[in-house]
Amino acid sequence: MVSHSEIKEQALRISIQGVTKTYGDFFALNNVSLDIEAGEFLTLLGPSGSGKTTLLMVLAGFIRPNQGQVFFGSEDIVLKPPHLRGVGMVFQNYALFPHMSVEQNVAYPLKLRRKTKDEISQGVQEALDTVKLAGLGNRKIGQLSGGQRQRVALARAIVFKPKVLLMDEPLSALDKKLREEMQIELRRLHDNLAITTVYVTHDQKEALTMSDRIAVINHGILNQLGLPQEIYSNPTNAFIADFIGESTLLPVEVRDSTPRFGESIISVNHDVGSDGSYVLVVRPEKLLLVTDESTAPNRFPCTVEESIFQGESQLLIVRLDTMKSGDKEPYRLNVRIANTSANSAVIPQVGDSICVALEKVDSFIVKQE
Amino acid sequence: MGFLNRIVSETQIRLGQRLWLYIIAVVILIFLVAPSFIVVPMSFSGSQYLEFPPANWSIRWYSHYFNSPVWMAATWTSIKVAVLTILVATPIGTMAAYGMLNSSAKLTRLLFVVMISPIMIPLILVAIGVFYFYVKVKMVNSILGLVLAHSLIAMPLVLIIVMSALNNYDMNQEKVARSLGATRLQAFFQITLPQIRFSIVSSALIAFLTSFDEVIIALFISGGPNSTITRSMFLSLRDQIDPTIASISTILIVISSGLLIAAQTFGKRKDSD
Amino acid sequence: MTAIVVNEINIKSLRQQETKERLVMIGLTIPYLLIVILLIIVPIGWLFGTSFVDQDGSFTFKHYVRLVESKAYYRIFITTFEISIFTTLICILIGYPLTYFISQLPRRFANLCMIAVLIPFWTSLLVRTYAWLVLLQRKGLLNNFGIELGLLSEPLPLMHNMTGTLIGMVHIMLPFLILPLYANMRAIDTDYLKAASSMGANQLRAFWTIFFPLSVPGLLAGSLIVFVICLGFYVTPAVLGGGKVIMVSMKIQSNIELFFSWGAASALGVVLLVMTIAILYIASKFVSLDQMSSRG
Repeated sequence: MVSHSEIKEQALRISIQGVTKTYGDFFALNNVSLDIEAGEFLTLLGPSGSGKTTLLMVLAGFIRPNQGQVFFGSEDIVLKPPHLRGVGMVFQNYALFPHMSVEQNVAYPLKLRRKTKDEISQGVQEALDTVKLAGLGNRKIGQLSGGQRQRVALARAIVFKPKVLLMDEPLSALDKKLREEMQIELRRLHDNLAITTVYVTHDQKEALTMSDRIAVINHGILNQLGLPQEIYSNPTNAFIADFIGESTLLPVEVRDSTPRFGESIISVNHDVGSDGSYVLVVRPEKLLLVTDESTAPNRFPCTVEESIFQGESQLLIVRLDTMKSGDKEPYRLNVRIANTSANSAVIPQVGDSICVALEKVDSFIVKQE
Repeated sequence: MGFLNRIVSETQIRLGQRLWLYIIAVVILIFLVAPSFIVVPMSFSGSQYLEFPPANWSIRWYSHYFNSPVWMAATWTSIKVAVLTILVATPIGTMAAYGMLNSSAKLTRLLFVVMISPIMIPLILVAIGVFYFYVKVKMVNSILGLVLAHSLIAMPLVLIIVMSALNNYDMNQEKVARSLGATRLQAFFQITLPQIRFSIVSSALIAFLTSFDEVIIALFISGGPNSTITRSMFLSLRDQIDPTIASISTILIVISSGLLIAAQTFGKRKDSD
Repeated sequence: MTAIVVNEINIKSLRQQETKERLVMIGLTIPYLLIVILLIIVPIGWLFGTSFVDQDGSFTFKHYVRLVESKAYYRIFITTFEISIFTTLICILIGYPLTYFISQLPRRFANLCMIAVLIPFWTSLLVRTYAWLVLLQRKGLLNNFGIELGLLSEPLPLMHNMTGTLIGMVHIMLPFLILPLYANMRAIDTDYLKAASSMGANQLRAFWTIFFPLSVPGLLAGSLIVFVICLGFYVTPAVLGGGKVIMVSMKIQSNIELFFSWGAASALGVVLLVMTIAILYIASKFVSLDQMSSRG
């Protein structure tokens, strides 16, 4: 076990400054600047084609940006070839070497570094222990399960004790249960190694689970950088609000610095910007069932259209009674109610007229795009 | 005749309805395969003339072939040239295939057409083109000239085989190797090459066959002591029907079937481990 | 101010590195291209030039004019086209049913049959031509059998004429038709046929309305390949034609070897090349170029 301050000392700080990569007229990365703290687990999150993998490849050295600098510690490595960067890398499809055994795969980086036989076998054993594959060293790659392959790829990436670990959607090929186990395991592994980790995923839940901080990237632009909680509860634009977590976006107008949905005033937890069109971000689990007489702010009278049992929770789809002029379709909201025994009595039936409310602390609006 | 009612296709066609197709197919398959093998019994004939079945058996035409200094010299020339063609065409073709797959698609599409042109345009034109060039640089009747000309028509086959092997290969493996500390060259030789080696070996065998069987170019640019076996065969074929040719043909069939089986086995093995 | 300067150096060196890497990759093709340029591009260019040059070195169309005016050349072109067209047609006629048959077999048997197709494909061209020589000659296998069985009263002239040339050509060209056609037929989804027959279409109707149209691209590609290889073919017609069947390629050869007439040979070569490229261009609309690799 290494203490946290030790990790900070050993690991490298990464600083990305003004990196741009174009393909013809297309900006894969548009002037991205980002500082990654030493020993941090940072996730690059975005939809496919957003530029997140491009940025990871810039860090690994497989894609050369048109301009910009990348610092590992105090050294600008943007012109350094990949094999001199000393980064461990795990690819989406693992890219294990099928003509080598598990042991030979893991030993490969050590052999390249001309370590002695003893050092190699010791290093390989340690790495295999770390990923819980001890004893499988003689297996062929073809004999491994998906989860085991993932672990071999990881062992191979950490065996030479790199200062930086890059992972490109390493869990996307695994089934849900294994994926969730591996998320926690990867995170634990990161905490035990003195390693700055950059992790690429399009799965927002995975990002929220694993990361110290999340960088949301879209259209080659860094949209927001922050703690998972910040990204979740204070998205800076409608894209992030929509992309992260489950949410429904209700259009609101800001007039005289007051947000309104139709005629009803919405009280929000933050300063409102200039007048114009905004959206109110409504998370299903934040909505409360209230009675008509309730004095709670941001109340929405509505009718239950569907009620779906989802195990630990009940999902209600409700149709708002309020319609703004000019709207053809009524607005709908998702409401999630925990399936506790206390709640079972209050869960409304399809067709019931109910009222849902959003606390002021849970209410925030972002500019419409 | 119950078997005629057996269903022989997914669309419920019965064997009886399909019998004509089976017969035609078998006849055509015999037409394809049989002629090549007809020379085998003929080569063991004891007679001066070609007859089938031979009246008496002997290996005189084999001993005639193996004792003829002219045929032996031609055989060695062919083997020498074919082996050297492997050594020229395989690395150059493989290098080009690798370079093409790591370059922009727009450029490579044009290059590819140029690169396979030696097997797309009629061989007679390749032959007179090469002949013209060799006359200028005084390379007619030289081993080097033959090797280069045969490499010219073998390289496209190597290129096509290796490119398709590389297309089926996961280039991420090379990237991983580089991130783990390998130079590009190390990554190629330690990671990529071992995995496409069967395709490369099979392309080398095909390069050998291409050179060994080639007639037209050799007709123009080889001669004298450096005449190839196929050139000599062609010339004696045009003049008279010499049973020695039957024995040489039999040997050629054995060689090419052997090489082809080897090439097929090597080619198939590439992804099995 | 300094920051901007640094950045520009950075942009420049990044671009230089990118260019360098690209050049290294393209550089790997240079030995290959060098050989092709020296032995294909330069000679073909020269061939083109020579076809317009008179003996005294002046510019002339006379080689081409002679191609058009001379009866002998006219005959040669007609022979070349006749052999190419007939060979292609016969190949289609016997290749299509065979390929259809193979494509309907279970994989294992189909692969076995394809080996039978590939054996002649990879057997030396010369050996196969020689085999036909043996089979077709006046006292050859076919004539002997014919007489023994009482089918023939006297030997048929099967060699040193069009018939012999065609038989040999068809045998050699057939695999070139079968290979692309087989790939095409294998890819046809039999669900269509099943659907058609389940909807009551009879077998013949299902074949003509569904299977055949889907196999046309492969058939077209294979036929064009066969046709284009025939146009420039040399060995088989030279041996089996016995000097009585003269094709373009043979005339090119004799112009050079016997008459040292490079001008006439190159004009013929240019015409042959233009026809070949035109047909290959059409064929490339149906099939990728690397499937058309040919020998002979």
